[in-house]
Amino acid sequence: MKRYLIPLIVFLVMLGFLAVGLGLNPREVPSPLINKPAPAFKLPTLAAPEKSISSQDLRGQVWVLNVWASWCVACRVEHPVFVEFAKTGTAPIYGLNYKDKRDDAIRWLENFGNPYQQSLSDTEGLVGIDFGVYGVPETFVIDKNGVIRLKHIGPVTPEVLKGTILPLIKKLNA
Amino acid sequence: MPKSSPDLVNLPPVGIVGIVGEPVAMTHGLNGPAVVLALYFALCLALCLGLSISTNAMAQETRPSPKQSTPSEKQAAPMAADPALEARVMAISEELRCLVCQNETIAASHADLAVDLRKQIRIKLTQGQSQQQILDFMVERYGDFVLYRPPLKASTVLLWAGPFVLLLAAATVLMRNIRRRRGAGPLKALSPDEILRAKQLLGDDPLTLRGSGRS
Repeated sequence: MKRYLIPLIVFLVMLGFLAVGLGLNPREVPSPLINKPAPAFKLPTLAAPEKSISSQDLRGQVWVLNVWASWCVACRVEHPVFVEFAKTGTAPIYGLNYKDKRDDAIRWLENFGNPYQQSLSDTEGLVGIDFGVYGVPETFVIDKNGVIRLKHIGPVTPEVLKGTILPLIKKLNA
Repeated sequence: MPKSSPDLVNLPPVGIVGIVGEPVAMTHGLNGPAVVLALYFALCLALCLGLSISTNAMAQETRPSPKQSTPSEKQAAPMAADPALEARVMAISEELRCLVCQNETIAASHADLAVDLRKQIRIKLTQGQSQQQILDFMVERYGDFVLYRPPLKASTVLLWAGPFVLLLAAATVLMRNIRRRRGAGPLKALSPDEILRAKQLLGDDPLTLRGSGRS
């Protein structure tokens, strides 16, 4: 009996590991920046390139950083979610316009709506690298002290917004 | 691990001495596969050792490149495309995983991010940063996942030790199987009937029973 039981158990354990592995998304690499201060930056705004915004300017509030680009197809999927979210006024959303052309970006916002307080032009993608961005879209929630509390990789769905982002903002504002 | 291989080497003589009164052919029958298995195991072990040695050799191959490049760096410094610098950029890029394609190094990948990161490495090298500083810069942003040589820490112990644990487990099972098979022999003592029959066949001399076909 034991003869047959042990291989069966080994098989079931392996099956368990494989089942769990299938459920994981290898594209979602956990960020080491969670609960660490957001990297400092100073970038020109998309609307007025002569003006710039630094990380210091955004201190003292809970805010959302959404990395987007006009060339990014998945951004169009999540964009309506942010447009709706902006209407509620729960937290300011700042866009990081990642490796984009200014004209394309402005036209894109005209077409799909502009949920952002400001979009910051990261034409070289250097601030993106500091934030550990490796794909677009990515979304960060940053607290009053400038600490990154959440990184979401991929499009933000209504479920992610309601289930994760909104409760977190509420908690951080409390 | 080193303990088990001498054990295996000693197997055949122990087997022949230990199993008294058993037909010689049968002991061979038992020891034959055991020897093959022992050889197979030794081969696996040798392969493992060989692999670890060759990866060490590779590690050493990639690292001296900064040293080799120092003389040429002086000569090539004014040039726009500095082959020595480029070699160092590539050497460091080889250590880093491209997060977009995941199974490619930053050196091999054509993804935009990989190009940008190579550019960053180049800038940092010209600023005089060391390889370690650049690797730390990447890990700070992208985590241990960017390293093709993950560091040994609590969360990666399984990764590093796992193959050896499996090898050890397999070796233990193998040893137990061999021991059990050999142990099965002497337990079956001849019944009085069998002894009687053996005597009839071989003659009265009790020595012929023990001796391995001496008469």
